[in-house]
Amino acid sequence: MSTNPVPAQAASVYDDDAVRLFTIAAVVWGVVGMLVGVFIAAELAWPDINMGLPWLSYGRIRPLHTNAVIFAFGGCALMATSYYVVQRTCQVRLFSSLLSKLHFWGFQAVIVLAAITLPLGITRGKEYAELEWPIALLLAVVWIIYAVVFFGTIAIRKVRHIYVANWFYGAFIIAVALLHVVNGAVIPVSLTKSYSAYAGVQDAMVQWWYGHNAVGFFLTAGFLGMMYYFIPKQAERPVYSYRLSIVHFWALIFTYMWAGPHHLHYTALPDWVQSVGMLFSLVLLAPSWGGMINGMMTLSGAWHKLRDDPIMKFLIVSLSFYGMSTFEGPMMAIKTVNSLSHYTDWGIAHVHSGALGWVGLVTMGSLYYLVPRMFGRTQMFSVRAIELHFWISTIGIVLYIAAMWSAGVMEGVMWRSVNDDGTLAYSFVEVVKATFPFYLVRLTGGLLYLSGMLVMAWNVWKTATVGRYVPVRIPLAAAAA
Amino acid sequence: MDILYLLIPFSVLLVLGLIGVFAWAIDAGQFDDLEREGQRILSDGAASLDQDQRQS
Repeated sequence: MSTNPVPAQAASVYDDDAVRLFTIAAVVWGVVGMLVGVFIAAELAWPDINMGLPWLSYGRIRPLHTNAVIFAFGGCALMATSYYVVQRTCQVRLFSSLLSKLHFWGFQAVIVLAAITLPLGITRGKEYAELEWPIALLLAVVWIIYAVVFFGTIAIRKVRHIYVANWFYGAFIIAVALLHVVNGAVIPVSLTKSYSAYAGVQDAMVQWWYGHNAVGFFLTAGFLGMMYYFIPKQAERPVYSYRLSIVHFWALIFTYMWAGPHHLHYTALPDWVQSVGMLFSLVLLAPSWGGMINGMMTLSGAWHKLRDDPIMKFLIVSLSFYGMSTFEGPMMAIKTVNSLSHYTDWGIAHVHSGALGWVGLVTMGSLYYLVPRMFGRTQMFSVRAIELHFWISTIGIVLYIAAMWSAGVMEGVMWRSVNDDGTLAYSFVEVVKATFPFYLVRLTGGLLYLSGMLVMAWNVWKTATVGRYVPVRIPLAAAAA
Repeated sequence: MDILYLLIPFSVLLVLGLIGVFAWAIDAGQFDDLEREGQRILSDGAASLDQDQRQS
């Protein structure tokens, strides 16, 4: 069962070493990833800040930003919280302490390798799947270890019912494994270069089946798992409708798989595949909003908690951004709308309302619950700093997405403007010039969001240094003792 | 669109697998007494676990 024998007394406390490690890593990578984001935002406004260095060029650094915020920040947050939640809802220690630590260090190795190879220009060129094959292989091994520990813990659980959050985490782990393996199929030609096993529009289809399901399972299902544990715990109320949580879970995981083609509207992808993508993206509105409503209504009868509890603010506002993004997404998946929005900054607005609004805020709220408990406390060092963080981040998000919405619609309209004689009204570079002020506002929004993250890093550091880790007894084991 | 020869059978297998997991869940009593399951994470003590929820 466990790969290191645990003495009787130790078996009655949770194994939170990996949880603590991943929690700290999430905060660190959050700062790093957002810093890189601010840099590339500045580069778009002032390209010369790369000082002519290829390692700082936008094309190479952008994937460093996306990988850092999604996989390093988001990934570590998911891993920390999933290991925390699975133990407490199953009333048992992690399946293997050793494997959980191998998982942590292996994942950190992948992140460091990404940070080295991407600026060097070593890339597969596939969005959110840029890492070349040796690193992808390492990631696959790390992922298998993760799955073994997570599902192993469920297998040895002391509570028969598997709490809903674990279904979401489990779906995230399995789906991401599937996606990574299928989209990662390559023919290597050297240690630093490979070619996709697929070609042309078929490669595009596989890539965006992967890309959209990365959003659906990594950034949605996984974080819904987080939400379903930390909102009830922080609100001290059960999930509004447990039945709904199960219904929308199955509907969500079934529907998400088909939405990928909406990234390929009006390309060489066959029309009928585009239509399938559009249709299922629209259907996806329902199960997504099921999750939003369920999370928000958990506060029904206790809305006053929002007034005084900044952690609750993070968690509930994250759901409003989730609802917004999962409405906006289906709308953008409609072909007619997409003919305007595709390739514009509207896509960036949409991604960041989901990433900063939903993923970022729900992670921050959950980590603010988790961090004190990792250091023998029930509250962060400074609750006022949490409140400050909330307001800075929210203002930052609003500035960011408003700027990008404006830029995006403007770009789409300008690109398609034609003169009476049928010629294009604007040259491409004229449109680029017109987006400059919006890039400045976006940069401001991003700087605010990064500042919020720095406030969090300070607060986490203070909490960790004044606190002391206290082992947490497993209630069921204590009762049996 | 030759990729469909891979994607469609793969998806069908996946859906069959998911149906299997769902069937197991129903059979294992995962969906009995849903109201109490939502409450369970809020009560810290082992007293929250009744006999039929224990799993050895």
